[in-house]
Amino acid sequence: MKILVPVKQIASLDDQFEMRDDGRDVDDDYFEKDLNEFDHFSVEQALLIKEAAGDGVEVVVAIVGDDDADDALRTVLAKGADRGIRVWDDALAGADGIVVAKILAKLVEREKPDMVFTGAQSTDFGSAATGMALAGILGWPHAAVVSHLDYTPGAPSATLRRELEGGLEEVMSIRCPAVLSIQLGINQPRYASLRGIKQAKQKQVDELSPDDLGLGEDDLRPASNVRRMYVPERGKAELITGTAAEQAARLAEIIKEIRGM
Amino acid sequence: MSGTIVIAMQRNGELLTSSFEAITAARGVKEAGDTLAVVIVAADPQSLAGPLSVGGVDEVIAVRASDDFQPDLIEAVLDDLIGQRKPALILVPHGVDAWSFAPATAARNGLGFSTDVLALRREGGDLVATRAGYAEKVLMDIDFPGKETVLLTLRTNVFEPAAGQAQATVTELAAPSADIATKHEGWKPPADAGGIDIPGAEFILSIGRGVADEANVEQFLELADKMGATLGCSRPIADNGWLPKARQVGQSGRLAANCRLYVAMGVSGSVQHQWGMKHVENIVAVNTDPEASIFSIARYGIVGDMFEIAAELENHF
Ligand SMILES: Cc1cc2nc3c(=O)[nH]c(=O)nc-3n(C[C@H](O)[C@H](O)[C@H](O)COP(=O)(O)OP(=O)(O)OC[C@H]3O[C@@H](n4cnc5c(N)ncnc54)[C@H](O)[C@@H]3O)c2cc1C
Ligand SMILES: Nc1ncnc2c1ncn2[C@@H]1O[C@H](COP(=O)(O)O)[C@@H](O)[C@H]1O
Repeated sequence: MKILVPVKQIASLDDQFEMRDDGRDVDDDYFEKDLNEFDHFSVEQALLIKEAAGDGVEVVVAIVGDDDADDALRTVLAKGADRGIRVWDDALAGADGIVVAKILAKLVEREKPDMVFTGAQSTDFGSAATGMALAGILGWPHAAVVSHLDYTPGAPSATLRRELEGGLEEVMSIRCPAVLSIQLGINQPRYASLRGIKQAKQKQVDELSPDDLGLGEDDLRPASNVRRMYVPERGKAELITGTAAEQAARLAEIIKEIRGM
Repeated sequence: MSGTIVIAMQRNGELLTSSFEAITAARGVKEAGDTLAVVIVAADPQSLAGPLSVGGVDEVIAVRASDDFQPDLIEAVLDDLIGQRKPALILVPHGVDAWSFAPATAARNGLGFSTDVLALRREGGDLVATRAGYAEKVLMDIDFPGKETVLLTLRTNVFEPAAGQAQATVTELAAPSADIATKHEGWKPPADAGGIDIPGAEFILSIGRGVADEANVEQFLELADKMGATLGCSRPIADNGWLPKARQVGQSGRLAANCRLYVAMGVSGSVQHQWGMKHVENIVAVNTDPEASIFSIARYGIVGDMFEIAAELENHF
């Protein structure tokens, strides 16, 4: 029994940042890297299933990313994932969700998991694409934005809820193995213990290249190309300046004015 | 490679407004001589074909199936249409249903692809889409070199819904045989609001993850009370159980339908939060990060600490 959980390391921007010279991305110096928030929930879901089953479920985490991405991998290994895989080559610098999905599809062929859980989306680009693209390539059953899951390892089907607009949820059964994209709030993700952090350092992480997986240059071409990146025209927000006391006084005035008080 | 296909979405047999938004987007980039077809998969697609014949739609392709959302079926329909018609462009509303089938279709067919597109135009003949990045702090213009078919999902509430009667022909298409791996088992409506009325509130004070700790929530409940505001929140606050879900503003929460004044403290301004409040006439944002995207929709902005501002604000009510 095995659950594969692909995780992403996201980049958030510093308060101040500058564009790269070619104008197609932000300069590297202004990034802070972190595990994608959604992936805390997908990893937790896999760990809950592992623990409920007692024994015999392996949770494998996989990441497509450079050396820096090891941090994200160690973060989830420290929570209790058993083993990691990291795939990288500099040719992947412009990879999008479709390219990542092709790589993950090769990992699924190798690892033969019983379930794959991804995050519903990533917090940097919000593509919400990778997991379902993977399912499309594999031809596997799939459901996006899963907010509740009943699944016993090895069962031929699972029951889940998909969260729709307005807080409405659809109850759905799905054949397994399947790819599910996991929504925020499906569980309460744990923090890693000190012991977990120590143990994570000893855990196996395989490093692979697209080439090792039989993927060539053509496979690594993204489905879109960035022409330019820019800071949007800010709206007409009138900035209220001064000390906190002055700012609050002005805010109170605005509130009273609009409220007709 | 020509023509545009819009995938109209329905829930329980009712068309979603975003379907009409996608028609508008399609029309905006339509080239002379191009045809615009709308696909609808439903139990009674013929009854939806009339309403979809708007805004320059040339053809409605009606696929008779179930009203239940079945990603495998929509994907099979799309695979066939891509194979037979070789459309240049496929547009889908970026609702939760699309999250499930659009990436799968794009990946399997090797299409040009992007999600959550908020603007679309032609630049010297090339199709150029705009989407946001880095938590909405930047925009990027993207194109699709070498791609014969491009599939895009469109942010909702951005394009005007199409109107104006069109003379679309209706083509009935038999549902393709597809291996359907999911089954609709029922609905779970959102929990009872317990007297909390975000949709009805005229004045909302909303707190986001900037509140940092459950113990800090109480003071904002008191402040809201003192000011005569209804306390709202972003999703993480409700997910953590710090406030009931009925207070959550946004796509998967409530719409601040009657709000005239929305004070957002420690809320970054994600698309999904904005979905519930972007339309409010008077938005005030209080955030320590001057680049937070909430400032781009606010009328007034305070770059500052929500606790300091809240403590001072209290003295005025
Ligand atoms: C399908 C789907 C549906 C969703 N539906 C919703 C929804 O209905 N509603 C919703 O809100 N989200 C929804 N989300 C989640 C959404 O994507 C964001 O994760 C969420 O809105 C972020 O909440 P936030 O702004 O409170 O947190 P963050 O994005 O973490 O922002 C916190 C902000 O607080 C600021 N801050 C920190 N400390 C302080 C301080 N002391 N003073 C002032 N500012 C401070 C920070 O600068 C930051 O901007 C949904 C997601 C998905 C995938
Ligand atoms: N580089 C990556 N490596 C591994 N998994 C990824 C990667 N990018 C995206 N994913 C997975 O896809 C989910 C959604 O990301 P996205 O499609 O980019 O919004 C993430 O939560 C991960 O589970």
